[in-house]
Order: sequence, then C-alpha cells, then structure tokens
Amino acid sequence: MVAGVKPWPGFVYDFYALLLILHVPKIHSRIFEIFICTTSNLYFGMSPMYSWGVFVLLSLVHVIMTSSVTSRMDDQSENLAAWPFRHLKIPSGHVSRNVKKKNTGIRTFQKKSTTGSQLCQTCSGTVLRRCIQTSSTRHVELTSVRYPDVKRGNYGSVRDSDLATFERLLPGRVLTDSLDGYNTDWLKTCRGASQVVLRPKSTEEVSAILKYCNEKKLAVVPQGGNTGLVGGSVSVFDEIVISTQLMNSIISLDEISGTLVCQAGCVLASLEDYLSNHKLTIPVDLGAKGSCHIGGNVATNAGGVRLLRYGSLHGNVLGLEAVLANGEVVDCLSTLRKDNTGYDLKQLFIGSEGTLGIITAVSLNCPQKPEAVSVAFLGCESFQSVLDIFKESRQKLGEVLSAFEFMDSQTMTVAKENLKLRSPIEDYPFYVLIETSGSNGSHDEEKLSQFLEHVMGTGIVQDGTVATEPTKIQNIWSMRERIAEGLMHDGYCYKYDVSLPLQSFYGLVEAMRERMGTMVTRVIGYGHVGDGNLHLNLTSPEYSTEVMDKIEPFLYDWVANHKGSISAEHGLGFKKKNFIYHSKSKSAVRLMKDIKHTFDPNMILNPYKVLPDF
Amino acid sequence: MSGFRILVGCKRVIDYAVKVRVKPDKTGVVTEGVKHSMNPFDEIAVEEAVRMKEKKLASEIIAVSCGPQQCQETLRTALAMGVDRAIHVITEPKEYESMQPIHVSKILSKIATEEKADLVIVGKQAIDDDCNQTGQMTASLLDWPQATFASKIEKSNGDLSVMREIDGGLETIKVKVPAVLTSDLRLNEPRYATLPNIMKAKKKPLVTKKPSDYGVDITPRQEIVSVEDPPVRQAGQKVESVEELVTKLKEAGLV
Repeated sequence: MVAGVKPWPGFVYDFYALLLILHVPKIHSRIFEIFICTTSNLYFGMSPMYSWGVFVLLSLVHVIMTSSVTSRMDDQSENLAAWPFRHLKIPSGHVSRNVKKKNTGIRTFQKKSTTGSQLCQTCSGTVLRRCIQTSSTRHVELTSVRYPDVKRGNYGSVRDSDLATFERLLPGRVLTDSLDGYNTDWLKTCRGASQVVLRPKSTEEVSAILKYCNEKKLAVVPQGGNTGLVGGSVSVFDEIVISTQLMNSIISLDEISGTLVCQAGCVLASLEDYLSNHKLTIPVDLGAKGSCHIGGNVATNAGGVRLLRYGSLHGNVLGLEAVLANGEVVDCLSTLRKDNTGYDLKQLFIGSEGTLGIITAVSLNCPQKPEAVSVAFLGCESFQSVLDIFKESRQKLGEVLSAFEFMDSQTMTVAKENLKLRSPIEDYPFYVLIETSGSNGSHDEEKLSQFLEHVMGTGIVQDGTVATEPTKIQNIWSMRERIAEGLMHDGYCYKYDVSLPLQSFYGLVEAMRERMGTMVTRVIGYGHVGDGNLHLNLTSPEYSTEVMDKIEPFLYDWVANHKGSISAEHGLGFKKKNFIYHSKSKSAVRLMKDIKHTFDPNMILNPYKVLPDF
Repeated sequence: MSGFRILVGCKRVIDYAVKVRVKPDKTGVVTEGVKHSMNPFDEIAVEEAVRMKEKKLASEIIAVSCGPQQCQETLRTALAMGVDRAIHVITEPKEYESMQPIHVSKILSKIATEEKADLVIVGKQAIDDDCNQTGQMTASLLDWPQATFASKIEKSNGDLSVMREIDGGLETIKVKVPAVLTSDLRLNEPRYATLPNIMKAKKKPLVTKKPSDYGVDITPRQEIVSVEDPPVRQAGQKVESVEELVTKLKEAGLV
C-alpha cells in the first residue's frame, strides 16, 4: 500500500464515479459504485478525510437523485435530476420502472397493465432505462422547443407568494399538479409549460386575478373547453391558465324573445339541452359541442354548421361582460335586440381570441327550435356537381335550408377506415350533406322530395339517402362531424381552414395533392361549402419540419392570390398569426396593434397569439 | 325451388334518440309531436328479408304494421328498403295505446295464414315496451317452430340453420319451414334507403285493413294504472368502516 498516493487514475476514477451516479438511475448500481469508490480510496491509503469526504459527497448526490427522480419530471428547470437530460426534452408521463414511487407508484403500475409495457417511443428506453409511457396520449413536443424563434416576453414568473395570493382569492381552486390536459391542445400539436391553473367561479374572481397579474406582469392564457385548432387556448411558455370550467351557470332565459344569458363556461351541448326544453336552440353548432364553452366560441367567433341559416356570432350575440387586463369589468351585457348607443364594443371582443379581455358572461339571441329536421346525403361525380346542387338547393329549398356541407372521397375513406363508420351510399368522388329545418314537417318533406326528384332527374346527383328520424340524422351527421377526430388516428394533422371563392374552391386541394405527393399520408378537403369555407387537412405519421415547410407558405400564398382568407373560422391563435398579412393590410394590422395597446398595455392577455410580434 | 314468402312485422315506436317524457297525468308517455321511427330490431328483420330476396332464397316480402295512420310512414320506409308490398292494419290512437303483443300476434298469425307465408320475421322486442313476446306468441298460434334471438340465418337442405344468442353463448338449431324468426342485434346492419328506392316505394302497393277484417278483437285486456319516472338517483354515502356501515343500516331499519 502506497500511503497517501493513489495511482493516477484514482482521482479520475472518483470523478468518473460522480458522473456515473448522476446518470445511472438504478439505485443498487449507485450504491455499489459508492461502495467501490470508498473502499478503493481507503485501500490506496488516501487520507480518511478525503475518503469519507468523497463517500459523503457521493451519498448526498445519490439521495438527491433518488428523491428527484421519484418526483414528477415535468419541470426540467427545477429538477436537479433532469438537468443532465435537459437536452433530451423529457416530458411528463415517462416513468422509470426501477424507481419506487410512493403515492403514484401504484397508479403507475396499474396504468402499465392497461397500456402495455411498450418502450417509450421518444427515447426508446435510452434515457431512462426501461422507460414506459404511462399515458395513452402520444408524446407532444413543447411549443417552445418546436418553434425556437419564439422568445419569452418580459413577464414575471410565478412565485410562492403569487401562489399564496391565488389560493387566498380562489380557495381550493388553484391547480399546480397534473396539468397535462390544460397544457396540451386538442389536436396534440401544441404543448405549453404552465405551472398554475386558476379556476374562478365568478366575474369578481376573474377581475381580482387579472388585477393582480397585471400588477405583477404575469402573463395569462384564458382557456375554455380547450378545443381550439390553432393553439390559441394553451400557453407557449409558463403563462397562467385561467379556466372557465367552473363558470357554468345559466343566469336567465327569456322565452318570449329567446334571449339567453349565461356565464362563459357553459358547455355548448348543455346549453342546447337546456334550450330544447323551451323549444329554442343555440344559433351556433359545431363538432366540438360536447366540450367547448360558449365564452370560447364567442371569443373565437366560431362559425359551425348552422352559419348558413342563423348567421355568425357577430349577429347573434346581444351583449357580453368582459374583464380587461387591469381587472376592470366591462359590462355590455345587454339583452336588447337593438341598441345603437355609442360604439359597439362587444364586436371587438367577439373574435379577439382572448387578447383584449376575458369574456365572463354572454347574452345570446336564440332562434326557435325547428319542428321538422331532415337530412339528405347525396353522392355526385365532380365538384362542379356540388356547386350545381348548391344552386338548386338555394332555389328549391330556400328558406328551410339550414346546412350545406361537402366531403370528397378521401374524407369518406377517413370515416370508413379510421372511425369504422358506414357510408349510407356507394362510393362517389364527392358527397353533399343537406339539412333542412322548418316549422312544418309535411311542407318541408314536399319541398325536399321535389328537390331530390329534380336533382336525380337532371343527373347532377347519382345517388343519395334521406332521413327524418333523429337516430339516422345523428348517424349521418357524425360522418361529417367526426372527421377531425378520425384524422388524429393518422398521426399528426396539418389543419387548414380557408375561405375561397367557390370557383377556385377545390383547386387548392388538387394543388396541394400534386405538390405534396407521397410526403403525406393523405390530403383531404371538406367543409362548409355553403359559406365558402374549405377545411383542408394533410396528415403524416409524425410532425415533420420538411412537410411543414413544403406546405407553408405555399398554401397561404395560393389563398392570397385567389383573394381568399387564410383562416375562415378557426382564427389565428398561435399557429397562424404570422400570416395575417396574407389577408389583412398593414394599416389594418397597425390599427389592431393600437387597440391591443389600449386594452392591454402590459400585454399579459394571451401573449404570442393573434397579432405578429411587436 | 321457389323462394319463401316472408312476412315481416314493423312496429312504429318513439325514436331511439328522443328523450322520453312522462305525461303530466301519468297515464303514459308523451307521443304527440315526438319523432317516431321503425323499431330498430324490425329494421334488422326487414334487412334480413331483403337480403334473403337478393340471395334468391325469398320470392316475396310483405311488411305489416298495426297502429294509427302514421304507421304508413314506417311501411314506406320498409318498402324503400326493398319490401314488395305492405299491409297496414289501422287502429284508433286510443286503441293503439292499449294494444298488446297478444293482439298483434293474433293479427300476424291470421295474415300469415291468409297470405300463405313461409316465414314470419319480427324483431326480438320493441324498444318502447321491451315485451319480447310477439314472435313467440305468433309461433304458438300458428303452431310453427320458432327460432328467436337469431344472429345468423342460413339455409341448409330445405330447412333453416339458425344461430341464436342465448345467455350461455351461441346456439345453432335447425328449424323446419314454415317458421317464425325473431332478429337480434348482430344479425345484420340495416341499409339506408337510397333515393331511387324511395321513389320506387311510392308506387308499391300498400293496403289498409282493420283488425276486424281478420276477426281479431283488440279490446284491451290490461289497464295501465300509472306511468311514472324512475326515482331520481340519490347521492350515496361513503363509510369508513364496516362498523359504521352496520350502524347506518341499523339506523335505516334495514338490518
């Protein structure tokens, strides 16, 4: 034994041991490592202080590793253990099977049995050995990582004192745990890193929260049903999510005028159920009705399938109550059909996507629920036939026409393959869904059968079916309404929603098909052809920057060249804000920025959305 | 061998998607202004008959419906699906409310004899009363074999081989024709009536008869005393231990 001197690999070995302990997840490996290191130090006669010092140091590191890895590995910045892995972007939901979790351990293992123990698709088990994906949702990349050019604004960060204030304002309704659902959008394409979700119940609470956030310059993102399709409802960095989930009471209903006043967090389908008992109906209807909140619909000026008949929300919203960034409550909650007193402020909030204020209550003009609804599903040969059918239906069905949608054959393939739905008719290149609603069943049936005889006779329709029974109507509508859901089965969906003049309508789909070729799984077109609104979707198994660069800005340029709008009803949100100039002039956007400054000088409301950076 | 002549029973019921409400006077459910459609199991029966015709196992299909005037819509749907002709046995709306499977099965058996039907196919039960009796009673009145809850029907040497869904699993039996069959959910998926067929259906024969034409008396044999909503589900109580559970049960006088 050479006293006091370790052979030259000695110190290097100790350093190596330290690195090993930082990286190795297995507890027994670490303990073994510490043991070897200490004994070798002692064997080679290193001073006891050095040997035991190294032992203490390595043990400390081991203990920190063990406790950190058992905690959620969500927030990488606060997680010491995740620091070596920071470049690998581990999302939550990854669990090392070797680590014994205390409370969540049982849940983890229970989940494991249902989802199967497949290797994590992201790291293939290389990051944490035998890493298992516990959630059934695919791993979604953080927006801040996927879009590295977006820089975090000069906002404050949430501190413990802030959390304490929130807890005082909203006792028991401040969430800091399991925020995956609030952080990921419905399409699973955007993922934020919010640490806090607040759930107020009343306008006063929203006002108090915003006043506080404005003072501390804390950015917020208002969130309703989180069904938006442009990433506008989730955070980009660590904005505070203000959810309207608990603001779901109906304030009043005037049956004679059909005016409904309710809080912004009411789910659309619940409102429809409530109104149908009073023989009324909501003027807006969309596929997301089971989850979306009316506040969100108003904030995004949602279109939907009934726009053809009832018009847009700009016409149907009689009044609203909103809270500005500084906490001031703007009460425009009028229930009057006509009120020409001053500037119509509510129109600014409608479609502002949460950037001018948080809408807390809405007053809607609800039409009578139609007595008789019929749906016809027709098949035809070309897009020109679709336009001919539209012309005929406007003439012959006129005032009872309530929806006119089209789908191409690739869309029907999605319904058949991904959703296992059955088409009522044979395969055709194009399909049209026509809905009529009126107050007299026999009149409508007469109109509809005359119309159908005519279009079948002239040959513009090859085949079709008609339904008047609610179950059959629901089945036919689900083929159109569930397409967005069906597309998710393909992997990643590049979703576009454009307004185009009807003559060049389908040309965009054909142009994209030609351009993308085999780079994508499929290119489909469907939508509210009656409103000139095309939903163009491309899918690929995973997100690919190559595919995205080939689609954008070509698609937007094409739309701009044909004098269309790059976003008909989905809004700009996060994904489309930089293309606003394709559809709006510079002077218009400048004026929008001025308005934003007036409403929200500190820019805390839903930052990084709608307007391009300034 | 010429094909079977099939008689299919179609009942007009409140549509599956409609929320049923009890009448304020508790004598029944609200049917005025409520959407009705063909009983889903009867749709499956019609579909099976049409498929047998397409396979040339059947030569003619007759649809029958008993009830008020609106039953003709149901029969038109059946005609649009591929049925050849329809018989509507008309009753007053009041009489229809008290009509029971026993009455319907008497009518069906009389029609079957008159039309010289080889097969009678009906849905296993109606979604409004869930009786599950008409098919069986009809078979008994005709003294014909019955194959109920059919999930697969095949022809084998002049007889029918029917796979039935029973509590223990699946049972395959052989039935001699003439027979009564009742359709179960997994027998087939009914087709949507396409426009050309809907227009053709307008020209197919639909005759209206009365129960007395078949010598059937439909005076009610039952009296509906009251119809009520099921009790609203009460919130439950969580207990911490077995002792507490026993105490609470004793308090409620249940133990």
